[in-house]
Amino acid sequence: MTPRVTRLVLALSAPLLALVAAFAITSLVLAAAGDPVLDVWDQILSVPEGRNVANIINSASVLYLSGLAAAIGFRMNLFNIGVDGQYRVAAFTAAVVAGEAWLPGYLNTALAILCAMAVGALWAGIAGVLRATRGVSEVISTIMLNAIATALVAYLLRKAAVRVEGSNAIGTKKIQESSQIPNISIGDGPGQEIYGFVIIAVVVGFLYWFVLNKTTFGFDLRATGRSTTAATASGIKITRMVVAAMLISGAVAGLVGLPILFGESYQYGSTFQSGLGFAGIAIALLGRNHPVGVAIGALLFAFLNEQSNPLQILVHVSPDIVAITQGVIVLTVVISYEVVRRVGVRLEQQAVARALEQERSDREEALA
Amino acid sequence: MSTSAPTVEGAAEASASPVTVRLRGIGKRFPGVIANDDINIDVRRGTIHAIVGENGAGKSTLMKILYGVQPPDSGTIEINGEQVSLHSPADAIKAGVGMVFQHFMLADNLTVLENVVLGAEKLHGIGGDAHAEVKRISDAYGLGIQPDRLVEELGVGARQRVEILKVLYRGASIVILDEPTAVLVPQEVDELFGNLRGLKQEGLSVIFISHKLDEVLSVADEITVIRRGTTVRTVLPSEVTARQLAELMVGSELPSPSTETSTVTDTVLLSVQHLGLPGLEGRPLLDDISFDIHKGEVLGIAGVEGNGQAELVESIMAMRPGATGTVELAGKDLSHESTRERRESGIGYIPEDRQRHGLLLDAPLWENRVLGHQGRPPSANGPLIDKRAARADTERIIRDYDVRTPGPDALARALSGGNQQKLIVGREMSGDPILLIAAHPTRGVDVGAQAAIWAHIKAARRNGLAVLLISADLDELIGLSDRIEVILRGRLVGTFDPDDVTPEQLGSAMTGAGE
Repeated sequence: MTPRVTRLVLALSAPLLALVAAFAITSLVLAAAGDPVLDVWDQILSVPEGRNVANIINSASVLYLSGLAAAIGFRMNLFNIGVDGQYRVAAFTAAVVAGEAWLPGYLNTALAILCAMAVGALWAGIAGVLRATRGVSEVISTIMLNAIATALVAYLLRKAAVRVEGSNAIGTKKIQESSQIPNISIGDGPGQEIYGFVIIAVVVGFLYWFVLNKTTFGFDLRATGRSTTAATASGIKITRMVVAAMLISGAVAGLVGLPILFGESYQYGSTFQSGLGFAGIAIALLGRNHPVGVAIGALLFAFLNEQSNPLQILVHVSPDIVAITQGVIVLTVVISYEVVRRVGVRLEQQAVARALEQERSDREEALA
Repeated sequence: MSTSAPTVEGAAEASASPVTVRLRGIGKRFPGVIANDDINIDVRRGTIHAIVGENGAGKSTLMKILYGVQPPDSGTIEINGEQVSLHSPADAIKAGVGMVFQHFMLADNLTVLENVVLGAEKLHGIGGDAHAEVKRISDAYGLGIQPDRLVEELGVGARQRVEILKVLYRGASIVILDEPTAVLVPQEVDELFGNLRGLKQEGLSVIFISHKLDEVLSVADEITVIRRGTTVRTVLPSEVTARQLAELMVGSELPSPSTETSTVTDTVLLSVQHLGLPGLEGRPLLDDISFDIHKGEVLGIAGVEGNGQAELVESIMAMRPGATGTVELAGKDLSHESTRERRESGIGYIPEDRQRHGLLLDAPLWENRVLGHQGRPPSANGPLIDKRAARADTERIIRDYDVRTPGPDALARALSGGNQQKLIVGREMSGDPILLIAAHPTRGVDVGAQAAIWAHIKAARRNGLAVLLISADLDELIGLSDRIEVILRGRLVGTFDPDDVTPEQLGSAMTGAGE
């Protein structure tokens, strides 16, 4: 095997190992609770229908953005636990801006998206500045900021909200049709439409890959994540990188709620989906911070969520079992990556030793 | 270099006393640099047994086997007459084997006492008993250790004594020291050797790994030479000269660091004026340091580790916030420029700790080539990384600097220390620097790599670079430098001409004994 193939095989074996282990553990939980193990897997692993496929893609686009936001931090050893708060503050801002419709049509949409990114960046940036200037752990500060975000959005929603027709729920003003992002049809049946925002998510994924791997800025970011001491000696300003990484992570986090906002709900209300930020952390881990890996992780999580929905009706098992699977996946992923990493390093050292031995014996032959 | 004064009574003692460690036919197919093959060594009670060999010859692997870090693939280990199989350091400690690693394994933010009892809480607890025991061992062997000081406040010599104490605290009767003198100045080395002789008088066996032959000859009772993973010969120090030992080790003559005729010019390239760096406890880390380095001149900085060398280098590189004074390079004021701007103004920097400051260990070599050169060709093209050019230039470095690796895509971690260092030297010499800062450039590298790095520094000097050389190896400093400044407690305290200074004179100045 060439080194490239070896690396690819190693990279793929880790998540596969983790998935198999996670499924096994979930099966044990099901069996211990006396639930029908095979029926559950039969439902979850069945081929989804067109409507479900659309739901999976839509939900994956949201999770993908959340995963990318977390991954940006991870690449620099920053744990941005605050994606959850950042996307809620940002989605609320976007909903208010878009609802007010200061600009016509898609200009309004663009303005709202920019505002969401700016607010997300700002919210994360607070943690970045605290970390860079005062050494406050970003884990702690972003968790605090999550709590503040929840309270702040609830408070502001009361001020900005209008009563949703025919219900007690409140929400921001509905976005005018000219500023909504049209859905894309992927089939003929009802509900077979995916968010137009999916395209933006794919573009963000490409930009993530490009900036990290192809630009000097991305190199600096990765170098800082690998070794702050070596980065400092090479002339990278660590504090500036910390703030920049948090700002970018927050800006991407600002996009997380927008596919739903512009493609489905058209307003931010008290029922707006929560918890998307935490799923992103798990997905970034699962996808190894790689843009394609994160996409696969997002699709997997969305698939599990969607397929588990009818479990209660069909086999009388709570869909919460899938949350256990997802949690276990995160744990097994961390373990299997470490195992595979060690195997990889050993193989690499062997390759180096072999190459050098070959070289040495060649030289000795030449001398003799 | 003195090759005389081998300890004759030690040799007589050596053949008489019982064997405590007997290694027979040890073999190891170690994934990495080199395998151990048919290693046979006898270490006797109450002796210092030196194991010498080039870096990469297999000494460290052998010691890891003896310390239970890795199991051997073949062969037997006998300790005090009993065959043992060591599966972990815990097994080794139980068998009475203790190890002092080249890279200290101490937690900086804990006290000496806490570091010593860490993992050995069952022996004497963590309170008063442990404190008393640490004091007792320290006094018994003259280690001079204060149990309540924070490790981060200690110098290298003291840290090493803490490591030795850790091993003794765990009841070791066989103490392995891996390259213990690499980080010490002559006076500290003498002190260490005094401590080691104390250990052996108490009936302990000391295994001393080194490639500094004059030191080995002065302290060891028996010397085993390892080459390419196998034991070449065991000799008594009275039987051999340093030259003969070197030939056993490498099969060729030792390289010499000494430079050719002076190339010093009148052009000042680096001018450092009134450099200061405030410390946390009142006393400044650097105090009013001023010097010039001319084109084609090597300025050596001698000093006991921890007297401001690292701070001096890092202040010149703008890695230390709070530094005062001016730094001028070729007439350009760099005092307010960042690390990257200083690098791009023509500073090449070989850092003291290559693994922490010089490399991204888990990145391929070509990315390590880019490190520190992110902003300029061939690594970068505007805001984009130019992978193709960076790889091609890495291949040039691999070729020109004889870096032993399969190619530019190998991970830096997979290379041996000497090859990592050659890669760094090659990288720092690219981009046409006018000043080369080399901090301990040959620390922990083998004789072959050492000779190559010396040759590169000499070439840099010949090509008109200014070189700032920091080293704990006084032979290296005297051999390579055109002028030597001694640093003590953050101040420059004396200028010496390397042509008429001895290591001993330098050593006195470094410890302030001459004041």
